[in-house]
Amino acid sequence: MTSSWQHLTMHEIQSLLHQREVSAVELTNGFLERIAALDGRLHCYLTVDAEGARAQARAAQEQIEAGRAGPLTGMPLAIKDVIATQGLRTTCASKYLENFIPPYDATVMQKLRQAGAVILGKVNMDEFAMGSSTENSAFGVTHNPWNLECTPGGSSGGSAAAVAADLCLAALGSDTGGSIRQPASHCGVVGLKPTYGRVSRFGLVAYASSLDQIGPVTKDVTDCALLLQAIAGHDPQDSTSAPVPVPDYLAALQQGIEGMKIGVPREYFQAGLDPEVEQAVRAALRHYESLGAQLLEVSLPHTEYAVAVYYLIATAEASSNLARYDGVKYGWRDSQAKELMDMYTATRSQGLGTEVRRRIMLGTYALSAGYYDAYYRKASQVRTLIRRDFDQVFQTCQVVATPVAPTAAFRLGEKIADPLTMYLSDIFTISANLAGIPGISLPCGLTSQGLPIGLQLLARPFAEPTLLTAARAFERTTAFHSRKPPLG
Amino acid sequence: MSLTPEVVIQIAQLARLRLSAGEVEMFTRQLNDVLLYVAKLNELDTTDVPPMTHVLDLTNAFRADVVGAGLSPEAALANAPQQQRQAFVVPKII
Repeated sequence: MTSSWQHLTMHEIQSLLHQREVSAVELTNGFLERIAALDGRLHCYLTVDAEGARAQARAAQEQIEAGRAGPLTGMPLAIKDVIATQGLRTTCASKYLENFIPPYDATVMQKLRQAGAVILGKVNMDEFAMGSSTENSAFGVTHNPWNLECTPGGSSGGSAAAVAADLCLAALGSDTGGSIRQPASHCGVVGLKPTYGRVSRFGLVAYASSLDQIGPVTKDVTDCALLLQAIAGHDPQDSTSAPVPVPDYLAALQQGIEGMKIGVPREYFQAGLDPEVEQAVRAALRHYESLGAQLLEVSLPHTEYAVAVYYLIATAEASSNLARYDGVKYGWRDSQAKELMDMYTATRSQGLGTEVRRRIMLGTYALSAGYYDAYYRKASQVRTLIRRDFDQVFQTCQVVATPVAPTAAFRLGEKIADPLTMYLSDIFTISANLAGIPGISLPCGLTSQGLPIGLQLLARPFAEPTLLTAARAFERTTAFHSRKPPLG
Repeated sequence: MSLTPEVVIQIAQLARLRLSAGEVEMFTRQLNDVLLYVAKLNELDTTDVPPMTHVLDLTNAFRADVVGAGLSPEAALANAPQQQRQAFVVPKII
């Protein structure tokens, strides 16, 4: 029976735990065994904390037996290696932080520990969350469980692949330009980027501070609601977290979508969109119509500028945020350097990977004297226009539905030599970060090659309940979420 | 606006990065590709559009000025590449 638990969702496991059909310790051991058996082929995990996980599982079992268990008690999770975990190595998939052991927990980790979750380990990503394929990890690529020759997407590729391959029950990722939604789509799982400010960023290693958000990667929409419930909320430690009450996300799963107005933006269905992806997304839209939703063709006219805006604003913020990696207070240092400036330069040049240095260079240029107005200021103005597009559409629609990515998962090595082509794979997800709105990715089909296709739903700020209602309505009446990769 | 290898080297210096000759050539080409692409923003007239400074309507976020638990000197120094007598050690600067 042990082999079947790992395929279940958190809400299914919950009743097994409470009926004592499985113990939290057996559950965690089962996942640790599965990781040992399968992760050599996939490489989702950068660090497995077997000892810590077993201790947490024993504590969780005591809570269950004492009748004090909550929905996450005893649930084995994986955490993207960009989130600080006290006492557990946090590398950001960078050589610079290879041996960094955080002296504190991120706020989301404090919340998960309080909820009794079990942390199996830390999962792979593009270095400092910069990338769309997880190929920019300093510690090797992650393979897509659906096809080992393909990338899992990125930057939260380890999170999405681990959930898809049942190497954890659920995971946390982070999303700056699509880094939760795009890998969730490529791995056939559910990924949610919350509204900017909905989840505390305290302890999330900063890439682009005005865009970064932590969010859940799960096997289904109910688990997504459970995990979001646990991590959402205002945090005095993050001055950009929103003092907005957290609603009951599970209650949203029960709502119907009769009469819901779903906007379909024409700019997302143009040249470059793979025909199989378009077909699957169009079929999903027709399915919504059959459930009683109303489809409206809408326009988000500044969509084509989103990638350009993103690669100026995100890199500008990155060039500032990553100035901290100077070899002084933590991380790697080139100890050969005799003079301070030489030490900074040698440390950064060897400690940071090519894509990270490329983005620091671009951001430094965009902020440099004489170019600030032409690049950073111009991009911030167009960002306002992108937000206004959404404000306009959300006056008539509750939800906007689009593809998550123009294609299904691409092959390892296919785009890595051409940064601009790689950047353009984020074209449908970036706008939500620029506008600060929430977005969810859910499975809606498979290509003829057997690769997952994702549907993206977007809503106005703090309307995560609306997204969950719409996503659950689709999931309840389709079977895409229950498809598993052919791993054995 | 096209980047020359000289400008790329100058940006690297500002960013405290050192590039090999091959990297200067590669970054010059790739950064020019990206700059050519982002130039499409100039198609838009943004004369009266305010730059976005924050996506939420948040102004100053205040909290009570009370002393909380901080890191001990040992914990703060634990990840330092080099430390001595409760201080970070760096190469001589004077």
